[in-house]
Amino acid sequence: MTRVLHRRAGLSPRGASAPHVGVVAKAGSGAEAPRGLKPALLLFLALGLGPAALAKDSCIECHAALAADLQKPALVFSKDVHSQHGFSCVDCHGGDRNADDPSGAMDPARGYKGKPARKTVPQLCARCHSDIALMRRYNPRERVDQYAEYQTSMHGKRIAEGDEAAATCIDCHSVHDIRAVKDPLSPVHPLRLPETCARCHADAVHMARYKIPTNQFAEYRQSVHWEALARRGDLSAPSCASCHGNHGATPPQVSSVAAVCGSCHAMMADLYDKSMHHDVFASMNLGGCVVCHGNHGVKMPSTAMLAGPASVCKQCHDADSAEGQVAAGMAAQIAKLDASLKSSDDVLGLAARSGMEVSEAVLKLRDGREALVKARVATHTLDPAAVQKATDAGLAVAAETRHAGESALKERDFRRLGLIFALVAIALTMAGLWLLIRSIEGARPPVAETGRR
Amino acid sequence: MPPVEEKRRLQRGVAWLDERLGLASIREFISHKTVPVHSGTLWYYFGGVTLFLFVVQVLTGILLLLYYRPTPGEAYESVQFIMTRVQFGWLIRSIHSWSANLMILAAFIHMFSVVFLRAYRRPRELTWLSGLALLGLALGFGFSGYLLPWNTISYFATKVGTDMAASVPWAGPALARFLRGGEDVGGATLTRFFGFHVAVLPGLATTLIALHLMLVQRHGISSPPWIEKRFTASGGRVPQMPFFPNFFLRELMAWYTALGVLGCLAALLPWELGEKADPFASAPAGIRPEWYFLAPFYTLKLIPSHVWFLEGELLGLAGFGLLALWWVMLPFWATNREGVERTRLVTGAGVLLVAYLATFSLLGYLK
Repeated sequence: MTRVLHRRAGLSPRGASAPHVGVVAKAGSGAEAPRGLKPALLLFLALGLGPAALAKDSCIECHAALAADLQKPALVFSKDVHSQHGFSCVDCHGGDRNADDPSGAMDPARGYKGKPARKTVPQLCARCHSDIALMRRYNPRERVDQYAEYQTSMHGKRIAEGDEAAATCIDCHSVHDIRAVKDPLSPVHPLRLPETCARCHADAVHMARYKIPTNQFAEYRQSVHWEALARRGDLSAPSCASCHGNHGATPPQVSSVAAVCGSCHAMMADLYDKSMHHDVFASMNLGGCVVCHGNHGVKMPSTAMLAGPASVCKQCHDADSAEGQVAAGMAAQIAKLDASLKSSDDVLGLAARSGMEVSEAVLKLRDGREALVKARVATHTLDPAAVQKATDAGLAVAAETRHAGESALKERDFRRLGLIFALVAIALTMAGLWLLIRSIEGARPPVAETGRR
Repeated sequence: MPPVEEKRRLQRGVAWLDERLGLASIREFISHKTVPVHSGTLWYYFGGVTLFLFVVQVLTGILLLLYYRPTPGEAYESVQFIMTRVQFGWLIRSIHSWSANLMILAAFIHMFSVVFLRAYRRPRELTWLSGLALLGLALGFGFSGYLLPWNTISYFATKVGTDMAASVPWAGPALARFLRGGEDVGGATLTRFFGFHVAVLPGLATTLIALHLMLVQRHGISSPPWIEKRFTASGGRVPQMPFFPNFFLRELMAWYTALGVLGCLAALLPWELGEKADPFASAPAGIRPEWYFLAPFYTLKLIPSHVWFLEGELLGLAGFGLLALWWVMLPFWATNREGVERTRLVTGAGVLLVAYLATFSLLGYLK
């Protein structure tokens, strides 16, 4: 009979509750591993054979035959990243996976702990995930400070206070079918994270006791960040954890909003910090960037934010005020550059579609678009001169590239005119040849009855 | 100078040249050369048009050589320079590219006209073989020249083409290494293809053209058997047209027509340069070779990756190899041992081949 023999393989410094690694050995009933095997050989076998070596697991065998909730873990555990790394039920729940009967398998004397209480889940996960030596063996780049971060989060604090409804590891990562974060099926994969957070934070009943809004996910789905993440598949686009943190999730403080946004939008944050708004908003206890851009529903910025009916400046400044005029002036400069670049783009596009080689001008036009971005960024200075400096550079590029496009179109027209002359010359020559043939052949048929073929 | 005196001086000049070059014998030879006149005479012009386009290729190619630089770092930029900075560089490059395509088209038309007019028959087997060799060289010109601008499409098309060569059993890997000058398409491939394109292939082509023309001259221009039969039955022979000046002037008109078509294509649809090749980028979607390789390319795509125990691509290449060999040997199987011509088989094979090339090229272009 084949028996799976458990051996400590130095996986964890902790005692009996540390993870097991199965080692297969052919032996008689109740056989132990040969005493002569050195620990290094055991470790080699343990790592080399891995999950394939887990020939027997009475937890899985029995639970697979049960129904409903008791069956589900056994059915999905093979997809769990822990299972794939050779961990089994007993590593979290304790007990003896080799026992053939339930009483033996779930014997408290063999370390069986049963279903962990919700509040103990973070500590249970932290036994391994906070263990540098252990984690290094599976993923040397994996962080081990998740539990420390979690304890500083709103979730962690509430759990510590005895709030059983607060989120623990398994609420975000799932349980028994936990997947690596990079796995697209993982609930914490960047593309799925917003929905995972929304499971609780968009649930009005669940959030009622905390008296916090539940419209964040709905707003986020209207945002430019969602557009980038979900529609363009840009995994670097921000989702909930990018601003709030993941294991240490907590709302950004008013004083740190600009720094949080600035972790991606560095140039804007730098200019904002030097602007008049920085001190004014701070004195009013307003959260920096969100005053104009909003938070979860942040939209694609445009000049409409500076002037016109959708202007955000109007929140504080009348359109006729000096500040309102400055904003309108900056918007007009940016709009002018935008229109000039579009015009150049159209001319170059027409030239390219006509078969003209304008790739150098098209490349140059990128400088103009870069200047447009710089001009938009420069609005954070609130200084029209800074915006104009960028727009002037962009307008020069737009004029140069438009000229290149127009020259190409002139060249195209010249070529077509040349073609007409060439075709006329060819037609005349052919007509002359035909007349020559006619004059040579005269009334005689072009036939020679004799001769060399 | 009085006209009489001028005429005398001209005659003296001609006499001087005649004494040294034997112009009189050449004139005598040409004056007796004739071309059959019948309903299919039009097809005779395509051989000359192919030759004319080859000459255009040579002349424009020499002009391009003045600026082109065959290195990965400079090739694309030098072609861009030709198209944007060199006076009429765009025209020369566009004519070179378009005339290459028209030359291959004219060569195909010439080949099929030879098949359908039965001009491959004894004793013209070597003319047929040298013509097919020239068509092969034209395709080689196209394949090697396609890479020279070093743009994305040409780079990846060459990669696909040389990969196909690599899949040939036994000699394939060595052949691919020979073509690429290494394990992958790179700077060595560009230099090598440039060498093939401007030295090796033109040398071979010029020799073969000379042989082909010599054979055409030796055996004369063939008349279709049904035309010959019609006239010999009535005791006469197929009407003939003097080659010079009657046929030659008509051929000249055909060349001017080709020149007009070339001018229209070059001015209205200048040959695109595309984007510079980036060997580290992934292949762009919808990559496909030039139109004259589309039919086999699309056929290979349709063949499953494995057919029984054979690799699909290998099976396809073997099929094309056998088909090409069968086509090359056409003059030898077109007549049975009793000397009876297999006219239906040849016509059927020709029609099927034209239909296959047209359909699969179109499908390959559209898919």
